[in-house]
Amino acid sequence: MSTSDVTLGEICVAAVADTFRGDGEIFASGMGNIPSLGARLARATFEPDLLVSDGEAFFVANDLPLGGTDKEIEGWVPFRTVFDTLWGGRRHVVMGASQIDAYGNQNIANIGPWDKPKAQLLGVRGAPGNTINHTTSYFIGNHTSRCFVEKVDTVSGIGYDRAAELGDWVKAHHEIRRVVTNLAVLDFDTPDHRMRLASVHPGVSVDDVVAATGFELVIPDDVPTTRPPTDEELTVLREVLDPKSFRDRELPAPA
Amino acid sequence: MSKLITEDEAVASLDDGMTIGIGGWGSRRKPMSLVRALLRTDLKDLTVVSYGGPDVGLLAAAGKLRRVVYGFVSLDSIALEPHFRLARQSGSIPEVVEWDEGMLQWGLYAAALRLPFLPTRSGLGSDVVKNDPTLKTVASPYADGEELLAVPALNLDAAFVHLNRADERGNAQFLGPDLYFDDLFLGAAAESGRRFLSCEKVVPTAELLENGTFHTMKINRSMVDGVIEAPNGAHFTNCQPDYERDEAFQKEYAKAAGDPEAWQAFVDTYLSGSEADYQKAVASR
Repeated sequence: MSTSDVTLGEICVAAVADTFRGDGEIFASGMGNIPSLGARLARATFEPDLLVSDGEAFFVANDLPLGGTDKEIEGWVPFRTVFDTLWGGRRHVVMGASQIDAYGNQNIANIGPWDKPKAQLLGVRGAPGNTINHTTSYFIGNHTSRCFVEKVDTVSGIGYDRAAELGDWVKAHHEIRRVVTNLAVLDFDTPDHRMRLASVHPGVSVDDVVAATGFELVIPDDVPTTRPPTDEELTVLREVLDPKSFRDRELPAPA
Repeated sequence: MSKLITEDEAVASLDDGMTIGIGGWGSRRKPMSLVRALLRTDLKDLTVVSYGGPDVGLLAAAGKLRRVVYGFVSLDSIALEPHFRLARQSGSIPEVVEWDEGMLQWGLYAAALRLPFLPTRSGLGSDVVKNDPTLKTVASPYADGEELLAVPALNLDAAFVHLNRADERGNAQFLGPDLYFDDLFLGAAAESGRRFLSCEKVVPTAELLENGTFHTMKINRSMVDGVIEAPNGAHFTNCQPDYERDEAFQKEYAKAAGDPEAWQAFVDTYLSGSEADYQKAVASR
Protein backbone atom coordinates (compact mmCIF):
# COMPACT_ATOMS: atom_id res chain seq x y z
CA MET A 1 0.00 0.00 0.00
CA SER A 2 1.40 3.32 -0.98
CA THR A 3 0.05 6.82 -1.32
CA SER A 4 2.28 7.56 -4.29
CA ASP A 5 -0.03 5.75 -6.71
CA VAL A 6 -3.23 7.33 -5.48
CA THR A 7 -5.75 7.75 -8.30
CA LEU A 8 -7.96 10.72 -9.06
CA GLY A 9 -10.99 8.61 -8.15
CA GLU A 10 -9.51 7.94 -4.71
CA ILE A 11 -8.84 11.63 -4.10
CA CYS A 12 -12.43 12.41 -5.11
CA VAL A 13 -13.87 9.70 -2.82
CA ALA A 14 -11.88 11.03 0.14
CA ALA A 15 -12.96 14.59 -0.66
CA VAL A 16 -16.60 13.49 -0.78
CA ALA A 17 -16.11 11.60 2.49
CA ASP A 18 -14.80 14.82 4.05
CA THR A 19 -18.08 16.57 3.27
CA PHE A 20 -19.75 14.27 5.85
CA ARG A 21 -17.24 15.13 8.60
CA GLY A 22 -19.07 16.13 11.77
CA ASP A 23 -22.51 15.04 10.52
CA GLY A 24 -23.05 12.44 13.26
CA GLU A 25 -26.09 10.15 13.28
CA ILE A 26 -27.79 11.13 10.05
CA PHE A 27 -28.48 9.47 6.68
CA ALA A 28 -25.40 9.96 4.47
CA SER A 29 -26.72 9.54 0.95
CA GLY A 30 -24.73 9.47 -2.29
CA MET A 31 -26.05 9.44 -5.85
CA GLY A 32 -23.62 7.56 -8.10
CA ASN A 33 -20.48 5.55 -7.43
CA ILE A 34 -18.07 8.15 -6.04
CA PRO A 35 -20.68 9.81 -3.77
CA SER A 36 -21.81 6.39 -2.47
CA LEU A 37 -18.20 5.39 -1.81
CA GLY A 38 -17.57 8.72 -0.09
CA ALA A 39 -20.46 8.15 2.32
CA ARG A 40 -19.38 4.57 3.02
CA LEU A 41 -15.74 5.57 3.48
CA ALA A 42 -16.64 8.33 5.96
CA ARG A 43 -18.76 5.87 7.97
CA ALA A 44 -16.04 3.17 7.85
CA THR A 45 -13.37 5.55 9.16
CA PHE A 46 -13.88 8.93 10.86
CA GLU A 47 -17.69 9.30 11.03
CA PRO A 48 -18.94 5.95 12.42
CA ASP A 49 -22.41 7.12 13.45
CA LEU A 50 -23.56 7.85 9.88
CA LEU A 51 -26.32 5.72 8.40
CA VAL A 52 -25.69 4.46 4.87
CA SER A 53 -28.09 2.65 2.58
CA ASP A 54 -27.84 -0.07 -0.02
CA GLY A 55 -29.43 2.25 -2.58
CA GLU A 56 -32.64 0.22 -2.43
CA ALA A 57 -34.59 0.18 0.81
CA PHE A 58 -32.25 -0.72 3.67
CA PHE A 59 -29.72 0.83 6.00
CA VAL A 60 -26.71 -1.47 6.15
CA ALA A 61 -24.51 -1.76 9.24
CA ASN A 62 -21.59 -3.49 7.51
CA ASP A 63 -19.07 -1.96 5.13
CA LEU A 64 -20.87 -3.05 1.98
CA PRO A 65 -18.81 -3.05 -1.23
CA LEU A 66 -20.33 -1.27 -4.24
CA GLY A 67 -22.57 -3.82 -5.90
CA GLY A 68 -22.29 -6.12 -2.87
CA THR A 69 -25.25 -8.13 -1.66
CA ASP A 70 -24.01 -9.49 1.66
CA LYS A 71 -25.88 -6.98 3.79
CA GLU A 72 -26.16 -6.64 7.53
CA ILE A 73 -29.47 -4.75 7.56
CA GLU A 74 -29.94 -2.29 10.44
CA GLY A 75 -33.05 -0.51 9.24
CA TRP A 76 -35.82 -0.52 6.63
CA VAL A 77 -36.09 2.72 4.65
CA PRO A 78 -38.59 2.46 1.81
CA PHE A 79 -38.91 5.64 -0.24
CA ARG A 80 -41.66 6.97 2.04
CA THR A 81 -39.28 6.78 5.01
CA VAL A 82 -36.54 8.41 2.95
CA PHE A 83 -38.91 11.31 2.25
CA ASP A 84 -39.83 11.55 5.95
CA THR A 85 -36.13 11.53 6.88
CA LEU A 86 -35.18 14.19 4.38
CA TRP A 87 -38.13 16.47 5.19
CA GLY A 88 -37.14 16.03 8.83
CA GLY A 89 -33.65 17.22 7.97
CA ARG A 90 -31.71 14.16 9.14
CA ARG A 91 -29.88 13.63 5.86
CA HIS A 92 -26.94 14.97 3.85
CA VAL A 93 -27.05 14.07 0.18
CA VAL A 94 -24.29 14.28 -2.43
CA MET A 95 -25.97 14.66 -5.82
CA GLY A 96 -24.67 15.21 -9.33
CA ALA A 97 -25.22 18.35 -11.39
CA SER A 98 -25.48 18.87 -15.12
CA GLN A 99 -25.17 22.61 -14.48
CA ILE A 100 -24.34 24.65 -11.39
CA ASP A 101 -23.98 28.39 -10.85
CA ALA A 102 -21.96 30.60 -8.50
CA TYR A 103 -24.56 30.41 -5.71
CA GLY A 104 -25.02 26.64 -5.95
CA ASN A 105 -28.23 26.53 -7.99
CA GLN A 106 -28.14 23.10 -9.62
CA ASN A 107 -29.79 21.70 -12.74
CA ILE A 108 -30.38 18.01 -13.43
CA ALA A 109 -33.70 18.49 -15.24
CA ASN A 110 -33.01 19.53 -18.84
CA ILE A 111 -30.79 21.58 -21.13
CA GLY A 112 -32.40 24.35 -23.15
CA PRO A 113 -35.85 25.85 -22.65
CA TRP A 114 -38.08 23.89 -20.29
CA ASP A 115 -41.07 23.93 -22.65
CA LYS A 116 -39.17 22.13 -25.40
CA PRO A 117 -35.75 21.15 -24.12
CA LYS A 118 -32.78 20.50 -26.34
CA ALA A 119 -32.03 17.61 -24.01
CA GLN A 120 -34.39 16.16 -21.44
CA LEU A 121 -32.28 14.94 -18.52
CA LEU A 122 -33.44 13.40 -15.25
CA GLY A 123 -36.09 15.95 -14.34
CA VAL A 124 -35.83 17.78 -11.02
CA ARG A 125 -36.26 14.49 -9.10
CA GLY A 126 -35.80 15.16 -5.38
CA ALA A 127 -33.44 18.11 -5.75
CA PRO A 128 -35.89 20.90 -4.76
CA GLY A 129 -36.94 19.06 -1.59
CA ASN A 130 -33.43 17.94 -0.70
CA THR A 131 -31.87 21.37 -0.91
CA ILE A 132 -34.59 23.17 1.04
CA ASN A 133 -34.72 20.57 3.80
CA HIS A 134 -31.17 19.46 4.54
CA THR A 135 -27.48 19.75 3.75
CA THR A 136 -26.54 19.07 0.15
CA SER A 137 -23.19 18.68 -1.59
CA TYR A 138 -22.41 17.95 -5.21
CA PHE A 139 -20.00 15.70 -7.05
CA ILE A 140 -19.23 16.67 -10.63
CA GLY A 141 -16.91 14.28 -12.45
CA ASN A 142 -16.30 16.54 -15.44
CA HIS A 143 -15.55 20.12 -14.35
CA THR A 144 -16.09 22.31 -17.46
CA SER A 145 -17.43 25.75 -18.30
CA ARG A 146 -20.47 24.02 -19.85
CA CYS A 147 -21.35 22.73 -16.40
CA PHE A 148 -20.17 25.66 -14.25
CA VAL A 149 -22.35 28.37 -15.80
CA GLU A 150 -23.56 31.90 -15.03
CA LYS A 151 -27.18 30.77 -15.14
CA VAL A 152 -28.55 27.23 -15.08
CA ASP A 153 -31.38 26.35 -17.48
CA THR A 154 -33.74 24.86 -14.87
CA VAL A 155 -33.16 25.37 -11.16
CA SER A 156 -33.65 21.95 -9.60
CA GLY A 157 -31.65 22.22 -6.38
CA ILE A 158 -31.80 25.73 -4.94
CA GLY A 159 -28.72 27.82 -4.24
CA TYR A 160 -27.96 30.45 -1.61
CA ASP A 161 -29.43 33.45 -3.44
CA ARG A 162 -32.79 31.74 -3.91
CA ALA A 163 -32.82 30.32 -0.37
CA ALA A 164 -32.20 33.81 1.02
CA GLU A 165 -35.44 35.00 -0.55
CA LEU A 166 -37.50 32.34 1.22
CA GLY A 167 -37.49 33.60 4.79
CA ASP A 168 -35.79 32.85 8.07
CA TRP A 169 -36.55 29.14 8.41
CA VAL A 170 -35.08 28.28 5.04
CA LYS A 171 -32.08 30.53 5.55
CA ALA A 172 -31.36 28.77 8.84
CA HIS A 173 -31.60 25.23 7.38
CA HIS A 174 -30.33 25.53 3.80
CA GLU A 175 -26.73 24.50 3.29
CA ILE A 176 -24.81 23.69 0.14
CA ARG A 177 -21.71 22.46 1.83
CA ARG A 178 -19.24 21.63 -0.89
CA VAL A 179 -18.79 20.84 -4.57
CA VAL A 180 -16.24 18.14 -5.31
CA THR A 181 -15.06 17.83 -8.92
CA ASN A 182 -12.35 16.04 -10.88
CA LEU A 183 -10.23 19.20 -10.52
CA ALA A 184 -10.94 20.74 -7.16
CA VAL A 185 -13.03 21.17 -4.05
CA LEU A 186 -15.23 24.26 -3.86
CA ASP A 187 -17.36 25.69 -1.07
CA PHE A 188 -19.49 28.73 -0.26
CA ASP A 189 -17.60 30.08 2.77
CA THR A 190 -17.80 33.69 1.61
CA PRO A 191 -19.81 36.64 2.97
CA ASP A 192 -22.38 36.45 0.16
CA HIS A 193 -22.09 32.66 -0.36
CA ARG A 194 -20.49 32.94 -3.78
CA MET A 195 -18.64 29.80 -4.76
CA ARG A 196 -15.02 29.75 -3.59
CA LEU A 197 -12.12 27.56 -4.60
CA ALA A 198 -11.30 25.61 -1.43
CA SER A 199 -8.53 23.34 -2.76
CA VAL A 200 -7.09 22.03 -6.01
CA HIS A 201 -6.34 18.36 -6.54
CA PRO A 202 -2.69 17.35 -6.86
CA GLY A 203 -1.33 18.34 -10.28
CA VAL A 204 -4.13 20.83 -10.96
CA SER A 205 -3.43 24.58 -10.99
CA VAL A 206 -5.72 27.40 -9.92
CA ASP A 207 -5.66 28.58 -13.53
CA ASP A 208 -6.90 25.17 -14.71
CA VAL A 209 -9.95 25.51 -12.45
CA VAL A 210 -10.59 29.12 -13.46
CA ALA A 211 -10.40 28.16 -17.14
CA ALA A 212 -12.91 25.35 -16.60
CA THR A 213 -15.39 27.54 -14.74
CA GLY A 214 -17.88 29.71 -16.62
CA PHE A 215 -18.33 32.29 -13.85
CA GLU A 216 -16.05 34.23 -11.56
CA LEU A 217 -14.91 32.15 -8.62
CA VAL A 218 -13.76 33.58 -5.33
CA ILE A 219 -10.06 32.69 -5.19
CA PRO A 220 -8.36 32.99 -1.80
CA ASP A 221 -4.75 34.22 -1.67
CA ASP A 222 -3.57 30.80 -0.67
CA VAL A 223 -5.26 27.76 -2.26
CA PRO A 224 -4.21 24.50 -0.61
CA THR A 225 -3.91 21.13 -2.33
CA THR A 226 -6.71 18.61 -1.70
CA ARG A 227 -5.52 16.09 0.87
CA PRO A 228 -4.67 12.57 -0.32
CA PRO A 229 -6.53 9.68 1.32
CA THR A 230 -4.80 8.26 4.41
CA ASP A 231 -3.31 4.77 4.32
CA GLU A 232 -6.24 3.49 6.36
CA GLU A 233 -8.72 5.06 3.95
CA LEU A 234 -6.93 3.61 0.94
CA THR A 235 -6.95 0.15 2.47
CA VAL A 236 -10.66 0.28 3.29
CA LEU A 237 -11.51 1.73 -0.11
CA ARG A 238 -9.41 -0.65 -2.21
CA GLU A 239 -9.88 -3.86 -0.26
CA VAL A 240 -13.34 -3.55 1.25
CA LEU A 241 -15.62 -0.92 -0.30
CA ASP A 242 -14.55 -0.95 -3.93
CA PRO A 243 -12.50 -4.01 -4.85
CA LYS A 244 -13.76 -3.75 -8.46
CA SER A 245 -12.51 -0.14 -8.83
CA PHE A 246 -15.76 1.55 -9.79
CA ARG A 247 -14.20 4.74 -8.38
CA ASP A 248 -12.20 5.52 -11.50
CA ARG A 249 -14.83 4.63 -14.09
CA GLU A 250 -16.92 7.79 -14.08
CA LEU A 251 -14.08 10.26 -14.42
CA PRO A 252 -12.72 11.64 -17.68
CA ALA A 253 -9.20 10.55 -18.58
CA PRO A 254 -6.57 13.04 -17.32
CA ALA A 255 -5.63 15.59 -20.00
CA MET B 1 -67.82 -11.00 -3.47
CA SER B 2 -65.23 -11.62 -6.12
CA LYS B 3 -63.78 -8.59 -7.93
CA LEU B 4 -61.87 -10.66 -10.46
CA ILE B 5 -61.81 -9.08 -13.93
CA THR B 6 -59.44 -8.93 -16.89
CA GLU B 7 -57.15 -6.11 -17.96
CA ASP B 8 -59.35 -5.45 -20.98
CA GLU B 9 -62.45 -5.19 -18.79
CA ALA B 10 -60.62 -2.73 -16.54
CA VAL B 11 -59.56 -0.36 -19.32
CA ALA B 12 -63.01 -0.63 -20.97
CA SER B 13 -64.35 1.42 -18.05
CA LEU B 14 -62.13 4.40 -18.93
CA ASP B 15 -62.98 7.38 -21.10
CA ASP B 16 -60.93 9.80 -23.19
CA GLY B 17 -59.36 12.59 -21.19
CA MET B 18 -59.31 10.76 -17.86
CA THR B 19 -56.56 11.08 -15.24
CA ILE B 20 -54.90 7.75 -14.44
CA GLY B 21 -52.47 7.19 -11.57
CA ILE B 22 -49.95 4.41 -12.11
CA GLY B 23 -48.15 2.84 -9.13
CA GLY B 24 -44.67 1.41 -8.85
CA TRP B 25 -41.46 3.42 -9.17
CA GLY B 26 -39.32 3.92 -12.27
CA SER B 27 -38.80 0.46 -13.72
CA ARG B 28 -39.94 -1.30 -10.56
CA ARG B 29 -43.20 -3.24 -10.01
CA LYS B 30 -45.17 -1.37 -12.65
CA PRO B 31 -48.67 -2.62 -13.61
CA MET B 32 -47.42 -3.23 -17.15
CA SER B 33 -50.14 -5.65 -18.26
CA LEU B 34 -52.69 -2.91 -17.53
CA VAL B 35 -50.55 -0.39 -19.42
CA ARG B 36 -50.35 -2.81 -22.36
CA ALA B 37 -54.15 -3.15 -22.21
CA LEU B 38 -54.39 0.65 -22.44
CA LEU B 39 -52.25 0.51 -25.58
CA ARG B 40 -54.81 -1.84 -27.17
CA THR B 41 -57.64 0.71 -26.74
CA ASP B 42 -58.57 3.80 -28.73
CA LEU B 43 -58.40 5.92 -25.58
CA LYS B 44 -56.71 9.29 -26.04
CA ASP B 45 -55.93 12.61 -24.34
CA LEU B 46 -55.10 10.86 -21.09
CA THR B 47 -53.41 12.44 -18.09
CA VAL B 48 -50.98 10.11 -16.33
CA VAL B 49 -49.68 10.65 -12.79
CA SER B 50 -46.64 8.50 -12.07
CA TYR B 51 -43.23 7.98 -10.57
CA GLY B 52 -42.60 7.24 -14.19
CA GLY B 53 -40.88 4.44 -16.00
CA PRO B 54 -41.79 2.51 -19.16
CA ASP B 55 -45.48 3.09 -18.38
CA VAL B 56 -45.06 6.76 -19.28
CA GLY B 57 -42.68 5.91 -22.13
CA LEU B 58 -45.03 3.45 -23.83
CA LEU B 59 -48.08 5.70 -23.49
CA ALA B 60 -46.08 8.66 -24.83
CA ALA B 61 -44.83 6.60 -27.77
CA ALA B 62 -48.42 5.56 -28.55
CA GLY B 63 -49.55 9.20 -28.54
CA LYS B 64 -52.05 8.64 -25.74
CA LEU B 65 -50.95 11.43 -23.44
CA ARG B 66 -52.30 14.92 -23.29
CA ARG B 67 -50.73 15.61 -19.92
CA VAL B 68 -48.24 13.93 -17.65
CA VAL B 69 -47.58 14.67 -13.97
CA TYR B 70 -44.39 13.11 -12.64
CA GLY B 71 -41.54 13.24 -10.17
CA PHE B 72 -39.22 11.66 -12.74
CA VAL B 73 -39.36 9.26 -15.69
CA SER B 74 -36.53 6.72 -15.57
CA LEU B 75 -35.73 3.08 -16.28
CA ASP B 76 -33.40 2.95 -13.21
CA SER B 77 -30.56 0.96 -14.78
CA ILE B 78 -31.01 3.18 -17.86
CA ALA B 79 -31.23 6.66 -16.35
CA LEU B 80 -33.34 8.32 -19.06
CA GLU B 81 -36.57 6.82 -20.41
CA PRO B 82 -35.93 7.00 -24.18
CA HIS B 83 -39.50 7.51 -25.41
CA PHE B 84 -40.20 10.12 -22.79
CA ARG B 85 -36.96 11.90 -23.64
CA LEU B 86 -37.94 12.02 -27.32
CA ALA B 87 -41.45 13.17 -26.48
CA ARG B 88 -40.10 16.02 -24.34
CA GLN B 89 -37.57 17.08 -26.95
CA SER B 90 -40.13 17.08 -29.76
CA GLY B 91 -42.79 18.70 -27.55
CA SER B 92 -45.29 15.97 -28.41
CA ILE B 93 -46.97 15.91 -24.97
CA PRO B 94 -49.08 19.08 -24.81
CA GLU B 95 -48.89 19.56 -21.04
CA VAL B 96 -46.02 18.54 -18.80
CA VAL B 97 -46.08 18.93 -15.02
CA GLU B 98 -42.72 18.20 -13.42
CA TRP B 99 -42.80 18.20 -9.63
CA ASP B 100 -40.35 17.34 -6.89
CA GLU B 101 -40.69 13.64 -5.96
CA GLY B 102 -41.99 14.50 -2.50
CA MET B 103 -44.56 16.93 -3.90
CA LEU B 104 -46.06 14.08 -5.91
CA GLN B 105 -46.49 12.03 -2.75
CA TRP B 106 -48.09 15.03 -1.05
CA GLY B 107 -50.55 15.58 -3.93
CA LEU B 108 -51.63 11.93 -3.83
CA TYR B 109 -51.87 11.97 -0.04
CA ALA B 110 -53.98 15.15 -0.11
CA ALA B 111 -56.35 13.48 -2.56
CA ALA B 112 -56.48 10.31 -0.45
CA LEU B 113 -57.35 12.38 2.62
CA ARG B 114 -59.92 14.41 0.64
CA LEU B 115 -58.04 17.63 1.37
CA PRO B 116 -57.65 20.40 -1.23
CA PHE B 117 -53.88 20.63 -0.64
CA LEU B 118 -51.06 19.81 1.75
CA PRO B 119 -48.35 22.30 2.66
CA THR B 120 -44.63 21.74 2.22
CA ARG B 121 -41.40 23.62 1.68
CA SER B 122 -40.26 21.22 -1.05
CA GLY B 123 -40.35 22.96 -4.42
CA LEU B 124 -40.15 26.55 -3.12
CA GLY B 125 -37.40 28.56 -4.76
CA SER B 126 -36.93 26.02 -7.54
CA ASP B 127 -38.14 26.30 -11.12
CA VAL B 128 -40.88 23.78 -10.33
CA VAL B 129 -43.02 26.73 -9.25
CA LYS B 130 -42.08 28.69 -12.36
CA ASN B 131 -42.81 25.83 -14.76
CA ASP B 132 -46.15 24.99 -13.14
CA PRO B 133 -47.84 28.37 -12.71
CA THR B 134 -50.97 26.73 -11.24
CA LEU B 135 -49.06 26.16 -7.98
CA LYS B 136 -49.90 28.54 -5.15
CA THR B 137 -48.46 29.21 -1.73
CA VAL B 138 -50.25 29.45 1.61
CA ALA B 139 -49.27 31.37 4.74
CA SER B 140 -49.08 29.50 8.02
CA PRO B 141 -51.97 30.82 10.17
CA TYR B 142 -49.80 30.51 13.27
CA ALA B 143 -47.29 32.91 14.78
CA ASP B 144 -44.50 31.91 12.40
CA GLY B 145 -46.50 33.08 9.37
CA GLU B 146 -44.23 31.10 7.08
CA GLU B 147 -45.15 30.97 3.42
CA LEU B 148 -45.42 27.36 2.26
CA LEU B 149 -46.13 25.65 -1.02
CA ALA B 150 -49.73 24.34 -1.18
CA VAL B 151 -49.46 21.11 -3.19
CA PRO B 152 -52.88 20.58 -4.76
CA ALA B 153 -54.66 17.23 -4.42
CA LEU B 154 -54.01 14.89 -7.36
CA ASN B 155 -57.51 13.47 -7.69
CA LEU B 156 -57.54 10.47 -10.00
CA ASP B 157 -60.22 9.01 -12.29
CA ALA B 158 -58.51 5.62 -12.12
CA ALA B 159 -55.56 3.92 -10.45
CA PHE B 160 -53.44 0.96 -11.64
CA VAL B 161 -51.12 -0.90 -9.27
CA HIS B 162 -49.38 -4.28 -9.38
CA LEU B 163 -48.82 -6.30 -6.21
CA ASN B 164 -47.34 -9.73 -5.53
CA ARG B 165 -50.41 -11.48 -4.10
CA ALA B 166 -54.09 -10.70 -3.63
CA ASP B 167 -57.29 -12.49 -2.82
CA GLU B 168 -60.22 -12.18 -5.18
CA ARG B 169 -61.84 -9.47 -3.04
CA GLY B 170 -58.83 -7.15 -3.27
CA ASN B 171 -56.90 -7.72 -0.07
CA ALA B 172 -53.36 -7.48 -1.38
CA GLN B 173 -49.79 -8.00 -0.35
CA PHE B 174 -46.40 -6.64 -1.37
CA LEU B 175 -43.50 -9.03 -0.77
CA GLY B 176 -40.65 -6.85 -2.05
CA PRO B 177 -38.63 -4.19 -0.25
CA ASP B 178 -40.96 -1.25 -0.89
CA LEU B 179 -44.69 -0.62 -1.32
CA TYR B 180 -43.67 2.64 -3.03
CA PHE B 181 -46.79 4.85 -3.01
CA ASP B 182 -49.29 2.28 -4.32
CA ASP B 183 -51.65 2.76 -1.36
CA LEU B 184 -51.77 6.51 -2.04
CA PHE B 185 -52.53 5.98 -5.74
CA LEU B 186 -55.48 3.79 -4.72
CA GLY B 187 -56.51 6.35 -2.11
CA ALA B 188 -56.34 9.22 -4.59
CA ALA B 189 -58.84 7.36 -6.79
CA ALA B 190 -61.17 6.47 -3.93
CA GLU B 191 -64.31 7.99 -5.44
CA SER B 192 -63.66 6.72 -8.97
CA GLY B 193 -64.82 3.12 -8.85
CA ARG B 194 -61.81 2.37 -11.07
CA ARG B 195 -59.10 1.23 -8.68
CA PHE B 196 -57.52 -1.71 -10.49
CA LEU B 197 -55.04 -4.00 -8.79
CA SER B 198 -53.18 -6.62 -10.77
CA CYS B 199 -51.14 -9.27 -9.01
CA GLU B 200 -48.78 -12.12 -9.75
CA LYS B 201 -51.12 -14.63 -8.18
CA VAL B 202 -54.62 -14.69 -6.69
CA VAL B 203 -54.66 -16.79 -3.54
CA PRO B 204 -57.24 -17.70 -0.88
CA THR B 205 -57.35 -15.05 1.87
CA ALA B 206 -55.95 -17.46 4.43
CA GLU B 207 -52.89 -18.05 2.26
CA LEU B 208 -51.73 -14.42 2.35
CA LEU B 209 -50.08 -14.78 5.73
CA GLU B 210 -48.21 -17.86 4.56
CA ASN B 211 -46.23 -15.67 2.16
CA GLY B 212 -45.14 -12.90 4.51
CA THR B 213 -45.87 -11.17 7.79
CA PHE B 214 -48.96 -9.02 8.38
CA HIS B 215 -46.75 -5.99 7.69
CA THR B 216 -46.95 -6.86 3.99
CA MET B 217 -50.76 -6.53 3.95
CA LYS B 218 -51.09 -2.78 3.49
CA ILE B 219 -53.83 -2.94 0.86
CA ASN B 220 -57.30 -3.95 2.05
CA ARG B 221 -60.33 -4.68 -0.10
CA SER B 222 -62.02 -1.32 0.58
CA MET B 223 -59.21 0.23 -1.48
CA VAL B 224 -59.76 -1.88 -4.61
CA ASP B 225 -62.55 -2.14 -7.21
CA GLY B 226 -61.11 -4.74 -9.58
CA VAL B 227 -58.55 -7.54 -9.21
CA ILE B 228 -56.64 -8.90 -12.19
CA GLU B 229 -54.49 -12.01 -12.03
CA ALA B 230 -51.45 -11.16 -14.15
CA PRO B 231 -48.52 -13.55 -13.80
CA ASN B 232 -45.37 -11.79 -15.02
CA GLY B 233 -47.64 -8.75 -15.32
CA ALA B 234 -44.95 -6.28 -14.28
CA HIS B 235 -42.57 -7.48 -17.00
CA PHE B 236 -40.13 -6.03 -18.01
CA THR B 237 -39.98 -4.06 -14.77
CA ASN B 238 -39.12 -5.96 -11.60
CA CYS B 239 -41.49 -7.58 -9.13
CA GLN B 240 -39.28 -8.66 -6.27
CA PRO B 241 -39.05 -11.32 -4.94
CA ASP B 242 -41.03 -13.03 -7.72
CA TYR B 243 -38.63 -11.80 -10.39
CA GLU B 244 -35.98 -9.20 -11.15
CA ARG B 245 -36.13 -6.65 -13.94
CA ASP B 246 -35.59 -8.22 -17.39
CA GLU B 247 -32.53 -6.11 -18.14
CA ALA B 248 -31.90 -7.70 -21.54
CA PHE B 249 -35.45 -6.95 -22.64
CA GLN B 250 -35.27 -3.43 -21.23
CA LYS B 251 -32.11 -2.84 -23.27
CA GLU B 252 -33.88 -4.13 -26.37
CA TYR B 253 -36.79 -1.79 -25.61
CA ALA B 254 -34.53 1.23 -25.10
CA LYS B 255 -32.52 0.49 -28.22
CA ALA B 256 -35.61 0.13 -30.38
CA ALA B 257 -37.01 3.38 -29.01
CA GLY B 258 -34.24 5.34 -30.68
CA ASP B 259 -35.20 4.38 -34.23
CA PRO B 260 -38.71 4.54 -35.77
CA GLU B 261 -38.20 1.41 -37.88
CA ALA B 262 -36.81 -0.62 -35.01
CA TRP B 263 -39.63 0.60 -32.82
CA GLN B 264 -42.25 -0.50 -35.34
CA ALA B 265 -40.62 -3.93 -35.41
CA PHE B 266 -40.69 -4.02 -31.59
CA VAL B 267 -44.39 -3.10 -31.61
CA ASP B 268 -45.12 -5.75 -34.25
CA THR B 269 -43.30 -8.42 -32.28
CA TYR B 270 -44.49 -7.64 -28.78
CA LEU B 271 -47.32 -5.14 -28.63
CA SER B 272 -49.70 -6.02 -31.44
CA GLY B 273 -51.63 -8.79 -29.78
CA SER B 274 -53.12 -9.79 -26.43
CA GLU B 275 -51.32 -10.01 -23.10
CA ALA B 276 -51.00 -13.75 -23.70
CA ASP B 277 -49.37 -13.03 -27.07
CA TYR B 278 -46.96 -10.62 -25.34
CA GLN B 279 -45.99 -13.18 -22.72
CA LYS B 280 -45.54 -15.82 -25.41
CA ALA B 281 -43.31 -13.52 -27.50
CA VAL B 282 -41.24 -12.66 -24.42
CA ALA B 283 -40.85 -16.31 -23.45
CA SER B 284 -39.82 -17.38 -26.94
CA ARG B 285 -36.92 -14.95 -27.26
